[in-house]
Amino acid sequence: MRHSSILEDLRARIARIEGVCARHGSLPFGLDPIDRHLPGGGLAAGALHEIAGSPDLADDASATIFLAGILARIEGPVFWCLRWRDLFAPALHLAGLHPDRVIHVEAGSDANVLLAMEECLRHAGLAGVVGEVTKYSTTASKRLQLAAEASGVTAFVFRRASKAELAAEGTAAMTRWRIGAVPSEALGIPSLGRPRWEVVLERVRGSEPRSWIVEGCDAQGRIALPAALVDRPTAAEDRQAAA
Amino acid sequence: MVAAIPDHGRRIVASVDRAARALGIFPGMTITKARSFAPGLEVVDAEPEADLEGLRRLALWAGQRYSPCVAPDPPDGIWLDITGCAHLFDSERALLKDLHRRVAAFGLSVQIAVADTAGCAHAVARHVPAGRPVTIEPGEHRKAMALLPIASLRLDPDVVEGLRKLGFERVEQLIGEPRAPLAKRFGRTLHRRLDQALGFVPEPLEPIFPDQLPRCRRGFVEPIATADAFNTVIGDLASDIVGQLARLGKGARRLDCYFHRVDGHAQAIRVGTAAPSRDPKHLAKLLSAKVETIDPGLGIEAMTLVTPLVEPMVARQGEGLESLGRRGPDLAALVDALANRFGQARLYRTAPNASTMPERSTRTAPALAPPDGNAWDDDLPRPSRMLNPPEPIDVTAMLPDHPPAMFVWRRKRFRVARADGPERLLGEWWREHGHEAGTPLAVRDYYQVETTAGGRYWLFRLGDGESPSTGPMRWFIHGAFA
Repeated sequence: MRHSSILEDLRARIARIEGVCARHGSLPFGLDPIDRHLPGGGLAAGALHEIAGSPDLADDASATIFLAGILARIEGPVFWCLRWRDLFAPALHLAGLHPDRVIHVEAGSDANVLLAMEECLRHAGLAGVVGEVTKYSTTASKRLQLAAEASGVTAFVFRRASKAELAAEGTAAMTRWRIGAVPSEALGIPSLGRPRWEVVLERVRGSEPRSWIVEGCDAQGRIALPAALVDRPTAAEDRQAAA
Repeated sequence: MVAAIPDHGRRIVASVDRAARALGIFPGMTITKARSFAPGLEVVDAEPEADLEGLRRLALWAGQRYSPCVAPDPPDGIWLDITGCAHLFDSERALLKDLHRRVAAFGLSVQIAVADTAGCAHAVARHVPAGRPVTIEPGEHRKAMALLPIASLRLDPDVVEGLRKLGFERVEQLIGEPRAPLAKRFGRTLHRRLDQALGFVPEPLEPIFPDQLPRCRRGFVEPIATADAFNTVIGDLASDIVGQLARLGKGARRLDCYFHRVDGHAQAIRVGTAAPSRDPKHLAKLLSAKVETIDPGLGIEAMTLVTPLVEPMVARQGEGLESLGRRGPDLAALVDALANRFGQARLYRTAPNASTMPERSTRTAPALAPPDGNAWDDDLPRPSRMLNPPEPIDVTAMLPDHPPAMFVWRRKRFRVARADGPERLLGEWWREHGHEAGTPLAVRDYYQVETTAGGRYWLFRLGDGESPSTGPMRWFIHGAFA
């Protein structure tokens, strides 16, 4: 009993030193394979996360909806700091993020987006803050991470049109994701099924990089695992819906 | 028409309108002489007091709209210090245009000039009858002054007459002349005015404030010049003004903080709030964020805080202990901080707009407007990234209603694996005579396509595929889906 409590204490201390402990709780995706892989059972709240698409517009569009889906499942207002004016709000609504919840900030440049994000992160009680930038420095990521830790607001830096080979720079972000569109299931009729993404976890503090194929957000912002690609071939359910 | 004032038992012309000036009538002439030029001349009694009051009112109006730093310049002008105010109208030119249009709409004939120095602006406004706002570019004021007549220097008529007798017609001649002999004869005012116009000597405006508005002022024994000191004083002023506002039952929507420099210059910072506020910390923080725009020079000897715009604000009952933990975020404070940095228009929420064309289906709403719960129809697929305006693409497709098999966008070839559509949208006949991008009665057939790589795009064809009158059958890409 004594030993286990000492062990628990030590583990907690190590986690604190490594900075992987979820001080503000976590935001589960509701998909077992992803949640089990992430330390804390989901995306850490009150931390910085990086999300990228690719120079291909369709991948950036997928990353946008991936992000909207995460935010749709958190309570509170969202600040979306923009550099470009191509974000189309009806699509966010289709992923469950109601337009009344989103306040857009047209900051105009990378530096201003980061400034606006930092200002937003000083205010507790927001669901999340998104900033769209082309690139940003390690120092900027450290500042955002500290601000997010202090207020408990989750921050997302969306690196637009980011090339895969440029992802090697250091960052203080808790996780770094890359979303890409992949061909969807053939329905056998001339129509489109649910979109499919390759979700790559490129970097995560306290765990290993990995990738999954998932199906896009539903109207509540939940992603799902495609039936044919679920790890277990004997999966009883047709499609594992995310809770 | 002229206005007349009594002078030593006779009546002389005080001011003239354009028509009278064209007839050769000018201020200072006797009414009898003026009548000899124009027998039908209409003469009204001048009311200098009312004129001054009118100027003051005009200045206060301009102070609400254009710049916090305004002053009347009797008998016929107002000063506006528009340093740092132009961005509120996008550009200086837009600000001037707006000012000119509005003042002209009051029924006043107006001449506007902008220059580096107050003296130069004064001279150009009165001696360059351009009919539209004149801007003297930064650094050009010396060149501009050189060409103007001596009378533009704001001198007594006797001095101007005396200089003319000596052969001085234009300011240019005066600039190079040795100063001592002229100063001996005409007094020091001559060169003070000249130096003010040329920018060698500062000419501070004494800004005026509207009466009956909450206002407080701090004077300092020793001038202060550091941002820390300013922030301390701003904190004090904010708590003073909040007390005054609370007594009136009002909240501040706009705050002007004036910094009075030892050399007499007044600088101002202006901040606005999205909702009426009486929170001293919040107001002080908004002001402090702009302190770096102040140039303290040799030091600031007094600071004044005024609230030119207030709105009724009722006191709210303090929250109970149990609700303390569940309070929502303080959005007003955050929105104000961002709006004062980036501008009110850059901060918005989106709301549905009734339009069939997707690019017009959203409108912006103020960030703090009460949520109305309205949203778009859920059953229509819409791209998360929209290209506006749509970009033309080269497409291989079978007419009339087959989806594209291949398209080329930004010199890249995309092969379509799967597609869905068409979704037909008809142009809005009630807008611009039914024209949409120059095409009458535009019909757009939208297709969602998935490329072999998996990317999903939103393409449309202008025209219904059969009748050329519905559109030129060209293809466009309008966005990308998740």
